[in-house]
Amino acid sequence: MAQVAVPETLEVAPARPTTRKGSGTGDTIFAFLCRASAALVLVLLGAIIVELFLGGLPAFRAFGAAFISSTDWDPVQEIYGAGVPIYGTILTAILALLLAVPVAFGIAFFLTELAPEWMRGPVGTAIELLAAVPSIIFGMWGFFVIVPVMASTIQPAIIDTVGELPLIGSLFQGPPFGTGLFTAALILAIMVLPFIAATMRDVFLQVPGVYKESAYGLGSTRWEVMRKVVLPYTRVSVVGGIMLGLGRALGETMAVTFVIGNANRITPSLFGPGNTIASIVALEFGESGAGSLKLSALLALGFLLFVISFAVLALSRWLLRSRLKG
Amino acid sequence: MSATTSPTPVSSIPGRAKDRATSEALGRSRARADAIVRVLCTGATVLGLFFLASILLTLLIRGAGGISLSVFTEVTRPPGSHGGLLNPIIGSLIQVFLATIVGTPIGMLVGTYLAEYAGESRFGQLVRFVSDVLLSAPSILIGLFVYQILVLPFGGFSGWAGIVALAIIVIPVVVRTTEDMLRLIPNTLREAVIGLGAPKWKMIVLVCWRAAVSGIITGILLAVARVAGETAPLLFTSLGNLNWSLNLSQPMSSLPITIYSYAGSPYEDWITLAWTGALIITLGVLGLNVLARSVLRARK
Amino acid sequence: MLVITRRLALTGLVAAAATPAALPALAQTAQITGAGASFPNPVYQRWGEGAKAAGIQLNYQSVGSGAGVNQIRNRTVDFGATDAPLTQQQLTEANLLQFPTVMGAVVPIVNIPGVETDQLRLTGEVLAEIYAGRITRWNDPRIVEMNSGVTLPNLAIAPVYRADASGTSFVFTSYLSAVSESWKNGAGAGTSVRWATGAGARGNEGVAGTVRNTRGGIGYVENAYATQNRLATVQLRNKAGQYVKPTMETFQAAATNANWNAPGMAASIIDQQGANSWPIVSPTFILLPTNPTDGAKTRAVMRFFDWAFTNGGNVARELEYVPLPQNVQAAVRSAWAGIRIDGQPAWPAR
Repeated sequence: MAQVAVPETLEVAPARPTTRKGSGTGDTIFAFLCRASAALVLVLLGAIIVELFLGGLPAFRAFGAAFISSTDWDPVQEIYGAGVPIYGTILTAILALLLAVPVAFGIAFFLTELAPEWMRGPVGTAIELLAAVPSIIFGMWGFFVIVPVMASTIQPAIIDTVGELPLIGSLFQGPPFGTGLFTAALILAIMVLPFIAATMRDVFLQVPGVYKESAYGLGSTRWEVMRKVVLPYTRVSVVGGIMLGLGRALGETMAVTFVIGNANRITPSLFGPGNTIASIVALEFGESGAGSLKLSALLALGFLLFVISFAVLALSRWLLRSRLKG
Repeated sequence: MSATTSPTPVSSIPGRAKDRATSEALGRSRARADAIVRVLCTGATVLGLFFLASILLTLLIRGAGGISLSVFTEVTRPPGSHGGLLNPIIGSLIQVFLATIVGTPIGMLVGTYLAEYAGESRFGQLVRFVSDVLLSAPSILIGLFVYQILVLPFGGFSGWAGIVALAIIVIPVVVRTTEDMLRLIPNTLREAVIGLGAPKWKMIVLVCWRAAVSGIITGILLAVARVAGETAPLLFTSLGNLNWSLNLSQPMSSLPITIYSYAGSPYEDWITLAWTGALIITLGVLGLNVLARSVLRARK
Repeated sequence: MLVITRRLALTGLVAAAATPAALPALAQTAQITGAGASFPNPVYQRWGEGAKAAGIQLNYQSVGSGAGVNQIRNRTVDFGATDAPLTQQQLTEANLLQFPTVMGAVVPIVNIPGVETDQLRLTGEVLAEIYAGRITRWNDPRIVEMNSGVTLPNLAIAPVYRADASGTSFVFTSYLSAVSESWKNGAGAGTSVRWATGAGARGNEGVAGTVRNTRGGIGYVENAYATQNRLATVQLRNKAGQYVKPTMETFQAAATNANWNAPGMAASIIDQQGANSWPIVSPTFILLPTNPTDGAKTRAVMRFFDWAFTNGGNVARELEYVPLPQNVQAAVRSAWAGIRIDGQPAWPAR
């Protein structure tokens, strides 16, 4: 990321050699502090997961393995299943990636190969700033700007055209509320866009200049260099970056609560309302009594979300690691 | 995008004239593909910038009208009585500041451990993985956790609980940047210092940290920017406070919580205040990010 | 600015002596924290503003009824607030006292091209059928039948409900359960239920915004919201068979007939008798510990609501909530006397 100001530090380096006596204890203490802090982080995460699991245990006990697949969520009858939120979480996250990855790739390509030198810094910063916008702001913007446009223009147009087609038509039917799974995925896509774009740009920059230059020397166009040299070289890191974006999309809470529509049923239409794990926890937590099965079900959902993001992260780690070795 | 031709030479060519025609056609279609991709990629960048501009513009249009001195000098009031955002702003500043003070040293020590001590050890890899999990963990779950360990046993919502929740979010951000920065320092530097007889801890503190300071500061600023906008972890920790209060053992106000509740309210003046608050917090966070970047650039 | 510096100086003092025990000695101002229902939030905020003069600083956070109940059970706040009353058994188990504070109305809002506010007439049964997904178009014969003179378009109905679990949903679904047997046996009443159709939106603002965006939309919001934003409301048929508009008069008419002798003073004002009664009116409740650990705080909560009952009626009416009748206020005060702090009745204070 940054180059280190080596000369400056060298002035500091030749400090007076300290006496050996004090250094031993100093080292021990410092090493202990570092190790203890590392252990603290482990304990923290462990405690969070254990806490969620214990809290969710009554729900797991009451519904068994069916809890994960059941699409029933009826607070009045006290029947809870994680099927709909899990479905919504995964669907919106994948849809978000489908929307975000091509755009992120375009931005990264533009920033590394196409843009004039003077433009790269400011435009790159602007895209990264998009990542810094708080998620609640994305929610408000989504609800007050994107949703009305979706409801008045985009959704009616798609429902009236694509919605009439056989087979895929059912994906685009229903009343145009403007909110729903698709809108949530769109907001998520905009939120993960800068992460993926920045990662891609950074890994594209890592490609040794010699490779690209030799390809250009053979008369390749920029797109050919990207496709035949840069992408194959960085493929695994790119996937890793996408997985990080996926991780963020899975756990995003506040922005989604504004636009998802909280419906605990699986609708075939992408414009239909749905739920994600994070959004249902945020929307329902306030109204779930201590010791109630509902609270337990929400905590169990939180635990499942951890399991999912664990898996995603482990996968991205694994992909990135094989890159480092290869 | 897939409408590209392969650059491999066409081998079975009967004559020179045809050869040229083929290669020209090939060149044209290659150039066309390149042009299309260029346009698409430029379009993608414009789209990204458009989103940022749209968000900022929305905030300006809806929020700038509400900005006045009283926003910064008055506490939150019931609808219709011209309140301000003084206590949420101060509450957010205090909580974010203290969370950074608490979280940064821990994060730096962990990052140092990973870069200087852990190597490729199992424990180190585990800590690194766990820290990344925390980095992408849904912040509402961290809020729930702190509620269970701090709010319930100690009988009340408090500024401290909010600070701890935010600090837990600060830690992994600082860990990541610290480790990355320390790894960039050439080993020759370390060897030189150790060779002079300095103990390892002095080498780390006086040399490595100093060398990496700009990167670490960037990490801290990014962490601050991240927690300043966090709503979910505060919902059930510091709760919010309508009155002026600096007492950290009492519920404490914060800007994101106030925005969250005002934005869903029925009252025109509250909704305007929510947008004004949103504008303030976004400008603050973006400003911090720009600052972080310029610190980094100045160091370069 | 002067006010601010004074406030800063004062709070600086408070912060310096930050132990809670030192607080009462420092000033007569009592800080009380409450959390819960969002339905009465505007009223409590305004009352809190007024009660400052009486030396009580209220911090009320509308985190939701369920959270309010949790917090007072865990004693993390000085009082809890809930729209859904607890049963006597729940109250006894958790050592809580429950009393009502104010009543409010929920109103349906619609977005139908060509239909003005309070023009459309609906019944509870039709509302229930709409939200159950069994009436799907605005020109359904069952709606046309009760709306002679109103042109209803052939337009799909798009029901909108609260995405966040909320007291408003509890009141609305309680009404649907009261008037429709099939609703009662289907989704039932609760702060969040299994909605068969439609989409959710966060908060009153979200519901109103979504209805505004959606042609053919119908939703329900707290009354204050509809009036503040001039949303198109509807007439509802009440138990007496009359169509009534949502106004302060019809809300008040509903409140006069309530029976407050239920356990926990949990009067139901849903679907009341009376020719002029708006059918969706509901009280909201406060929960106090009967075995308070901090007696002074509990007393301060009582002082606060005592002040609010005496002085807060106009504020409530201004926000279009219905204040409690005198006799109910008296009943609440005598219920307070049942709480004992250090062996003494907690009310009247001193």
